[in-house]
Parts: sequence; structure tokens; C-alpha cells
Amino acid sequence: MNESDLVVGIGGAAGDGVASAGNTLALSVARQGQAVYAYNSYQSVIRGGHSWLRLRISAKKPLNHGDQVDALIALNQDTLDRHLQELVDGGVALYNSAKLRPSYEPHQGVQLCPLPVPDLTPAYKDLPVMQNTVAVGAVIGLMGLDFRGLESVLESTFAKKPHVVKVNMEAAKAGYDYAAAHFTPLFTQLTPTGQQWALVMGNELMAMGAALAGCKFYCAYPMSPATHILEWFAAHGKEMGICVRQVEDEISVINMSIGAGHMGARSMCATSGGGLALMTEAIGLSGMLETPVVVVNVQRAGPSTGVPTKTEQGDLNQAFGASQGDFPRIIIAPLSMTECFTTPALAFNLSDRYQCPVIILSDLLMAEGNETVDPALLDVEFQIDRGELITAASGGGNRGDAAGEPYLRYKDTESGISPRAVPGVPGHLHVAASDEHDEDGVLISDVYTDTVRRKKMADKRSRKMSTVLEHLPAPKLEGSLDAEVTLVGWGSTWGVLTEAVEQLNREGVSTSHLQIKFLVPFHVTEVSAILGKSRRVIVVENNQSGQFARHLRAETGIAAQGHIRKYDGEPFEPKHIVAAVKELLANGTELIEVLSTERGWQTEHPTGTSGDWTGRRVAAAAAGASPLTT
Amino acid sequence: MATATAVLELKDFKADIPPDWCAGCGDFGVLNGLFHACAELGRQPHEILVVSGIGCSSNLPGFFRSYGVHSLHGRALPFATGAKLANHGMTVIVTGGDGDGYGIGLNHFIQAMRRNIDITYIVMDNETYGLTTGQVSPTSETGMVTKTTPHGNLEQMLNPMALALASGCGYVARGFSGQPKHLLKLYTEAIQYPGFALVDVFSPCVTFNKHNTYEWFRKRVYRLEDTPHDPSDFHGAMDAALTWGEKIPIGLIYRDGNPRPSLHPQDPGLQAGPLVHQSVAVGREQRRKLIAEFM
Repeated sequence: MNESDLVVGIGGAAGDGVASAGNTLALSVARQGQAVYAYNSYQSVIRGGHSWLRLRISAKKPLNHGDQVDALIALNQDTLDRHLQELVDGGVALYNSAKLRPSYEPHQGVQLCPLPVPDLTPAYKDLPVMQNTVAVGAVIGLMGLDFRGLESVLESTFAKKPHVVKVNMEAAKAGYDYAAAHFTPLFTQLTPTGQQWALVMGNELMAMGAALAGCKFYCAYPMSPATHILEWFAAHGKEMGICVRQVEDEISVINMSIGAGHMGARSMCATSGGGLALMTEAIGLSGMLETPVVVVNVQRAGPSTGVPTKTEQGDLNQAFGASQGDFPRIIIAPLSMTECFTTPALAFNLSDRYQCPVIILSDLLMAEGNETVDPALLDVEFQIDRGELITAASGGGNRGDAAGEPYLRYKDTESGISPRAVPGVPGHLHVAASDEHDEDGVLISDVYTDTVRRKKMADKRSRKMSTVLEHLPAPKLEGSLDAEVTLVGWGSTWGVLTEAVEQLNREGVSTSHLQIKFLVPFHVTEVSAILGKSRRVIVVENNQSGQFARHLRAETGIAAQGHIRKYDGEPFEPKHIVAAVKELLANGTELIEVLSTERGWQTEHPTGTSGDWTGRRVAAAAAGASPLTT
Repeated sequence: MATATAVLELKDFKADIPPDWCAGCGDFGVLNGLFHACAELGRQPHEILVVSGIGCSSNLPGFFRSYGVHSLHGRALPFATGAKLANHGMTVIVTGGDGDGYGIGLNHFIQAMRRNIDITYIVMDNETYGLTTGQVSPTSETGMVTKTTPHGNLEQMLNPMALALASGCGYVARGFSGQPKHLLKLYTEAIQYPGFALVDVFSPCVTFNKHNTYEWFRKRVYRLEDTPHDPSDFHGAMDAALTWGEKIPIGLIYRDGNPRPSLHPQDPGLQAGPLVHQSVAVGREQRRKLIAEFM
């Protein structure tokens, strides 16, 4: 829909090299000043199946993977069959003509670009992966970019293997030249710019952001889609002086993280919903010991094992309710991949200052997506605030502080924040207990009853929350307060909502946008002031039950008039939201459940019992927004 | 490592809070042994971290004057592992019961031995769940009648000594709370052992375990030190670990004559010294190097 960009879809089976072809393409265009946003839809198999990577490429930074496919690179017959019909008018389909052929006529205006790969790479006929390199070379040519970007990527990727560079270079150049000689260039031609781009993944940014914010201890249990964070730390722990451990389960992960945090090291761990479930009890331990810890939950489709390779925003209730009892916690949902980089630093500062757990809610879409980021945004020095931390003796010897007063780890202060001495410091001996305790740390759980102290300590802890919002910027409304529609989202849907709102306004539906990053504590006053005046509040979220809509109502008393939800495993695209808003307005419907039903998504059920592919109710198609939906 | 400038005494490690265990509880002997061991080793109270889980015996850190953590049921070992990795200059001792360590925390117990984290683990093994008033435990004997096994325990008892040997634990010992001097020796060796060290202590529950009483243990236990047992012989150690019945050995079952390296000296991220003493700031040059990896 965006006229200045191109979307390239690369599809194949797991093991065909979809991801590496995509990475080569993305880096190549990035080195010519093009911005990229990529989303890979894949399944939980190591070999076989179908993997579908879409890269949206533009000189202007794209905020999502878009609505359409302009260029298709089919690495196997299944991909060609699935996605050929999705190509827009003027689109191109590239495939190895020695192996594949279209099994139906494409739409009019679609250009078939058969690549005779064995003839183009006669010396490397036996290397099946050559078809990927040839196709990447060809599509770069059709987009109007020159060969230099790809050349430099191949050189740096295989720097240690000159022979591999030579082979790939020849194949890529053959594809590039063949396309120039035989095919018509794409309808949008990209122009190289001088902008530098870093090609990153949300998970990598989360890890690097944490490391640059002073994370010294990271441990995890492998779980999709959070595992890349562990892998990044493992690769960089030695050079950065970070202790990185893979341990037996998420129970151990969080308890080790809190143990390390207790000693004064900044510590973080990451997992997905199932792992967060195992961490639940210890999140309360962090609350009770008042020991900082940062927990990243990279959400995937639940419940239970759910759909491990699919995205969802379904763990909000779990984050609210993780652990028994009442205690301060902070929950942050970064709005973009770029914010994945900055959020750990903020989370560490808050966790240190308020001595409580901080949960970061990411999701598969952001975590595993690739995006180009202006490297200047990453080259920042984070402010580090360790809060009221005591790391050195105050001269009072072993039985008290300098003034001879006994040290009270859980001193009942006005702010509720008690200066925290870490073990090892002389003069501040104490026991930190998961049982209820008094200011000096001594248990009050084993006495007959102690109502006064119990209430005092619970109040002390909860009082800490009263000042957290002072450090968190309030959400701002994008657009006019008297717009016909106000779309409200949280976390990773910021990019897709931003584009949908632009489109709605262009198409005559005046729309404003409010995106929520801080879920707990909640900016009740500011959000109420905005939404209380909104003409029609529509909450958009990637889950089934409207977890955020309920939160909004609980916090502000504001009930949304409309809900747009998607929980089919795939993320929103702008067209889904545009169509759903229009349908809500036209029909007065309260709830639209969006479903991706393009033929390319269609999967035969192993037993053939799934019935109609079009689904029970297809909101987007009903509104006529998706010409690609049957 | 800071050393004591003055001779440390028992009272230096006694907290102001007296233990609230039942009169005659085996855990008193365990605690007393620990006072003596720490005074003897000369580590200052602030250089010691005692971590426990939940249960009668896990109240111990409250009665011991050092830094302490009373963590979650079964999770003392992972908590202590994180603490040790964050500040390996500290002496870390974990205390708890058989339900805490061999029941709910069993996975962590095995993993901690496998990863050979340099901490000392003292288990007060009373073969029952005391704090919940007398249910079957992983170390309850087959056939034992408890509130939750009114027709007798159907399961085989867990053998922590054999499990420790099989899991790569380099220091495996068993004591009896009725023999405090013997216990003291095991503690001091265990704390000094450069790796994970286990001391399982028969610590009778006088209220809820009427089977494994002081008398029951006294009749059965004998010291390995009084036998030709060679603690550096793994297979002999396994034989001792498997000995149970009319005669039960206590003492040093196994000590690896050539201890394998423990975790923290090997961890690539800890080469510059304890994490908590490292600067959290990252230099511009290093930051730019990281960014360049994405370009």
C-alpha cells in the first residue's frame, strides 16, 4: 500500500535456507541505505514444513511487515503454489526453473521470473543453496539497487572462506545480470541513500540493551521465542564480564537471578509464558525480599505449550497475577524493537530503586522480527541508578551502623524504600526472609499473631509504588482528541496501529491513537483524561479475551465501545485494522475477531478433518479489505 | 579473603533470636556444630551467607549470626548458586531439610552437584515432614506409617549419599546430630572443600517421627573413621553409601582426592573477580564494537 516500499516474500521448507537468504537480502539493502522490517512466519520443525519470511524494504523506515507481497522468492514448489496468487499487480515471482514451475496462472500483471539456476552456475550445479543466492542477486537487480551491497555482505559473511565468497559472488552476479537482461524491473525502484542501518532482532536488542545497562548475571532455560537472548549473552559474556548460565528449569533460573540480584549484581532472565508460569512463586519472593530482578517474558500463543512459533499478547493476566499476595511490581511492554533496546535500562533502574520485580512483556513478533535501526540510537550511554544501595561499610563495626544504631534492612521509611545493604558489607548483617518479617528482618510469621507489624510491613512495601509513575512518561494521544475513533493498543502493536491510523485518516475516518507501554503502574489520570473525552474507544489486541480492555476498565472505569482482536497465531497487518474499524463503524458491531485467511496461510490438517478454510467468520474479508482472501 | 583480626568465638555467630525448635530436636546439634565450625574457620560473620529453604530446619539462618536468606521451599540451592556466582568471595552455606532438598528441590540438588558450585549443603534429615506435622518424606523408609501413609509408605526411600556420588559430588558425608564433635569435623572439612560439599545429618524429629529416634540411630550408626574405609575410593564409597539397615555408617563417605574445578573459577564471565565488584559501565569502544556486529 505504501508506494515507496517493496515487500519481498521468501518461502521454503525449514532447512531450505529461508532465514539466511533473508538475512543476506536484508543486510545487502541496508548497506545501500534501505530500511527493513521483517517478519518470519514459521513452524516448530527443524526440517520440512513451510517457512514464510516477508521483508518490507523502504528508504523510509517501515513500522511493520505490510499488507502485501510485491516480489516472491519461492525456494520450493509448495511456496510457489501457496503465494503466487498473493502477488500484487506488477509483482514478480522468482524461482529455479530447473526445479519448479507454477501450477496455475498468476493474476494478470504478475511477472513470472524463472531462473535457470544450473545454467547460470554451471560450476556449482550440485549445490542446492545456489538457487537462493541467484534469486537474491536477481531480486536486488529488479528493485533497482546495484550489486555493491550484496557483494560486501557476501565478502563479510564468508570472510574466512575465500572460496565460498567466490562461489556465492558468481552465483549472485549471474542472478543479478540474468534478471537485468530478461525481466522488467519492479514498479517501485529503490534509490540508495547514505543512511547507515544496523540490522537487529528484538531479542538481540533486549540482550544488548541489558548488557549496556550493567546486567552482570543472566541465566535462562531455552524456550522459544526467548532463546536468542540467552544465545546473545552466551556469545558476549566473556568479553563483557557477564556470568551467563543455562540451567535446569525456569524455577532455578529465577531463583538464581534473584540470588545474584540479592548480592548486588544486576541480573535479568527471559522466558516465554510457560517459563513465566514456573517463575511465578519466585516473583513473589523478589517482592517479599525486596530484591531487584528483571524478568523478560517473550509472549507466544498459549495456553499451555500453545503454538510455540506464533505470536500473541496473551500473558497480560499472567503478568498481573504472577505470585500470591499483594506486592509492588512493575510491568512494561516496549512498543517497538527499538524500545526493546532501551527498556532493560529503565527496568533495571526501576527495579533497583524500588527493590521489586520488573516484568518486561515482549512478544514473538518483536523478539524474532528483524528490523533496521539507526545505529546512532544504539550508541547511547544509559543512565544507571542503583537506588539506595549500600555496598560499603559505614564504620560502625559489626553490630550496627556508624551511629551505633542497628541496621534495619526493612526500615519503615516514608517512601517505603529501605536502604539495601548487600551481603558482604560489614555492619549490616541481616536475614532476608520470604516469611513476613519486621524491619530488622526477624520473622513475625512464627509468633501467635502480630497484626500491627504485619500491616505495617505490607503497607511499607505497597507505599513504594506511590512514586513510580513520577519516573514514567505518560502516554500521549497521537491525533485529535475529537477524532471519530480512538484506537488503543499496548506493546508491540504500536507500529501496525500507527500505519493503520494513517491509512484510516487518509480514507476519511478521523482516527487518533493511544499506545500503552506502562501497564503497572497505570497512568490512570492521564489515560482517563484522554479516553474520557474520546468519541469511540476501540481496543486492539493480539489475544482472545481482551485482557488489556479489562485492565483499562479496571483501572479507569472506561469500557471500550469496540474491540478488535486477533489470536490466530499471526500478527495484525494494517489492512486488518482498517477493515475492522470500518466494519465496526458501519455495523455497530462491538467485537471483530480478525483471521488471516489468505491462501498462503492455508494448511491441510494431517487427518483432513478441518473443513472449510475460510473460517467461521472472517471480518476482514467481509469488509472487502483483502482482495487476496478467497 | 579477609581474615579474622581477632579470634572468633561461638557468640559471634549466635543470633539474638533463640531457636524455636521443639525441645530435643536434632537441629540444635546441627546449629551448634555450625557455630563451632565457623568460629574455628575464622571467617567473619559478614563474609558468610547462609541460605535456607522452608521447613523447621530452614529456620536456621534466623538463629545464626551472618548474612542470611530464608528463601522458597526447595529453592535454596538455586538462590545460593546465583549468590555465589555474583560474589564468589563469600562463603556460602545452604541448610534445609530432607523434604526441602530431596523432595521439592531434588532437581536442583542433582544439578548443583553436577555443576559443582562451591557451596556447602547441610541437610537436616529427619525422615519426615515436621513443619506440616508429620507426613511421609523422600527419606522415609518403605512401610513407614505417617499421616499421609496410614497403610505404610509404598515407595522406596531415597538414598542421598548414593545419589550424590552418582551426581558428581566431590565431598559426601553423613553425620548424626547425637555426635556433635564428629559433626564439627565434617562441617569444617566440607566448608573448606573447593566445590560442592554435602553433609547429610541424621537429625531426629522428636515430635513427629517416632520411628527414627535418637535411640534408633544410636543402635545403628558407626563411624567410617573407625573402619579401614578409604574415602578417596569411589567404589568403596558407593558400598558405604548403600549400607543401610541394622548398621548405618556415618562420617566421610567420599572425598575426591583430585577435586575437579568448581564452577566459578571456570566461568568465562568471572575471570576479573566477583561480579559485584565489577563496574557496570560499558565503554564507548566496546559499545560501538557491539553495534558494528549488526551492520
